[in-house]
Amino acid sequence: MTGRAVEVAAQDGRILQQPPADDSPLAVRGLTVSYGDKPAIFSVDAVVPPESMMAIVGPNGAGKSTLLKAVLGIVEPLSGTVSVYGEPLAKVQERVAYVPQRASVDWDFPTRVIDVVLMGLYRELGLLGWVTGRQRKTAKACLERVGMAEFANRQIGQLSGGQQQRVFLARALAQDADLYLLDEPFAGVDAATEKAIIDVLKSLKADMKTVVCVHHDLATVSDYFDHVLLINVRKIAEGPVATTFTAENLQRTYGGRLATTHIDELRLPAG
Amino acid sequence: MGSEFVQLSLTPILIGVLASIACALPGNFLILRRQALIGDAISHVVLPGIVVAFLITGTVASVPMMLGAAGAAIIAVILIEAIKRLGRIEPGAAMGVVFTSMFAGGVLLLEQSDTSNVHLDVEHALMGNLESLIWFAAEDWSSLVDPAALAALPAELPRIAVVCALVAVLTYLFWRPLKISTFDEGFARSMGIPTTFISIGLVIAAAVAAVAAFDAVGSIIVIAMFICPPAAARLMTNQLEVQLVWSVVFAVLSAVLGYVFAGYGPLWFGGENAVSAAGMIATVSGIILGLACLFGPQRKRIGEAAGL
Repeated sequence: MTGRAVEVAAQDGRILQQPPADDSPLAVRGLTVSYGDKPAIFSVDAVVPPESMMAIVGPNGAGKSTLLKAVLGIVEPLSGTVSVYGEPLAKVQERVAYVPQRASVDWDFPTRVIDVVLMGLYRELGLLGWVTGRQRKTAKACLERVGMAEFANRQIGQLSGGQQQRVFLARALAQDADLYLLDEPFAGVDAATEKAIIDVLKSLKADMKTVVCVHHDLATVSDYFDHVLLINVRKIAEGPVATTFTAENLQRTYGGRLATTHIDELRLPAG
Repeated sequence: MGSEFVQLSLTPILIGVLASIACALPGNFLILRRQALIGDAISHVVLPGIVVAFLITGTVASVPMMLGAAGAAIIAVILIEAIKRLGRIEPGAAMGVVFTSMFAGGVLLLEQSDTSNVHLDVEHALMGNLESLIWFAAEDWSSLVDPAALAALPAELPRIAVVCALVAVLTYLFWRPLKISTFDEGFARSMGIPTTFISIGLVIAAAVAAVAAFDAVGSIIVIAMFICPPAAARLMTNQLEVQLVWSVVFAVLSAVLGYVFAGYGPLWFGGENAVSAAGMIATVSGIILGLACLFGPQRKRIGEAAGL
C-alpha cells in the first residue's frame, strides 16, 4: 500500500495495523460492492496473514458473503482491488478454493456425490478430458478426509444437510488450493459434521494453507480461529482473535443489536 | 412397408424425430435451471419476426428466417425491460405480456399477408406442416442411395438435421462447464468458467433449435419437446448423463409413435381421417411424462427422508 493510502486511511480514522505484505494470501483494498442503491460492502480493506484461519463475523446483511463473492469475482465490485498471493485473482485462480453456502444450490440436481467432488478437478480435466482412475482416486481420498467415502455413489439429494456440507468441503479439497474461502460451513450442520469440518480445516492450516470462513456462531470463534475480521458493511476491525475479538468491537459491529448478556457469555477479555 | 412409406412417411418421421431431439437436449438444462418456459417464450416471440422476414424477402429460406427470429427476440428483450422499468411490473408478468402480444401480432400479420404459395399461415405456425413434407422423388428404399432423389428431399430435412447435429455437438463440447454452472453457478465462476457466456449460449442454442423446428413442425411440438421428454427423463434416473439419454429416447418415441398414431390411430377406431401429427406427437410426449410421473423409478425423491 502506498504512503498516500495510509495517510488517507489515517485521516478517515482507520488505523492500519500493518502495511499489507505483498504476497499475503489475500489482500483487499477499498472494496465496494452495491446491489442497487445501497452498498453491500463499503471500502473494505483487509489482509489475511499466511497460514492463518480467519473468521469473517458480522450481523445479517453485513456483507460477509458479498465480500467473499467479490474476492472471487462472482460479483463485480464497484471499486477496489483484490490481490491473491500478490497477484490479480485471474492469474492465481487455481490457488483458491471456494465453498459456497450449502443452501445456494438445488440438491435435487441429478448427480452423485463422487461427480460433485470431481467438479473440483475441472481445471485439470478441461472441457473434454476423460476422468482417469487417478482422478477418481483423488476424489475418493477427498471424500475419505471428510468421512463420506461410503456415500460416493449416492444421489446428492439423499444426503442430510451435514453430509451435503461435507461433500462441498471435499470438492474444495479436490481443488488442492492454498487459500480456502468458505461461506458459513457450519450453518445448520450436526455436531459430528461440525467436528469433522473443523478437523479438516485445522489439518489444512497444519499443511501451511490459509482458511477464511464466513462464520455466524460467536461462541466458537475463539476455539476455531486465530484471526477475525469484523464487518458491518464497513470494516470494523481485523486482527488476531485474542486482541480483536473483544466485547467493545462486537458492540461496534452489531451496533447494539447484541444483548450485553450474550457478550458476557462469550467471556471475552476486557476490550 | 415399401415405396409408399418412403415417399409419404419417412421424411416427416425423420423431421419430427430430429426436431424433437434438437429441442429436448437443451430442454434438459433449461428445466434444471428453472427456465423451462424459455422454449415456450421463444417459439411465441419469433413468429412476427419470421413473418416480417418472409414479407421482406418473399422466401422461407433459413437465413432470413433466422435473422427475422433473432430480430424479434431482441425486440422482445427490449420490450420486456421497458415494461418492467416504465410500468414497474414484475418480470414474469412483463414477459407474459410481451410473448403473447408478439405472437398475436404475428398471427394478425400472417392473416393479412399473402402467403398462399408457401407453407406459412396461422395453422402452420401452431401445428407445422409435417404431413405435407413428402419426398415426391422417392420410389422406394433404394432412393436413399439415389443422388437424384436425395437432391429432391424436402429442404426442411437437411435444415433440421444440421441444427440437430449442431445442438448435439455443442452439448457434448460444453458438457462439463454446462453441468457445473447449472448445478452451482457461484462455484463455476470461482473456477473461472464463463457462466454468462454459457447461459447465453444455452439460450441461443435453444432458440436456434426452436426456430428450425418451428418452421417444420410448428410451435406446439417445440413447446412440448423442450419440457416433456427432459422432465420425464428426470424421473427415470438420478444422473444427468443418463437423463440426457432418456430424454432423447423419449423424444424419438414421442415423434415416431405420435406420427403413427396420427396417421393410423383414427382408422383403428373407425374414424376416416388422420389427425394432426404435431398435435399427436405433443400429446404422446405428455402421456409419456404422465406415465413417468406414475411409474418412474425416481419419482418419489422429493420429501424422502434424507440420508437415514
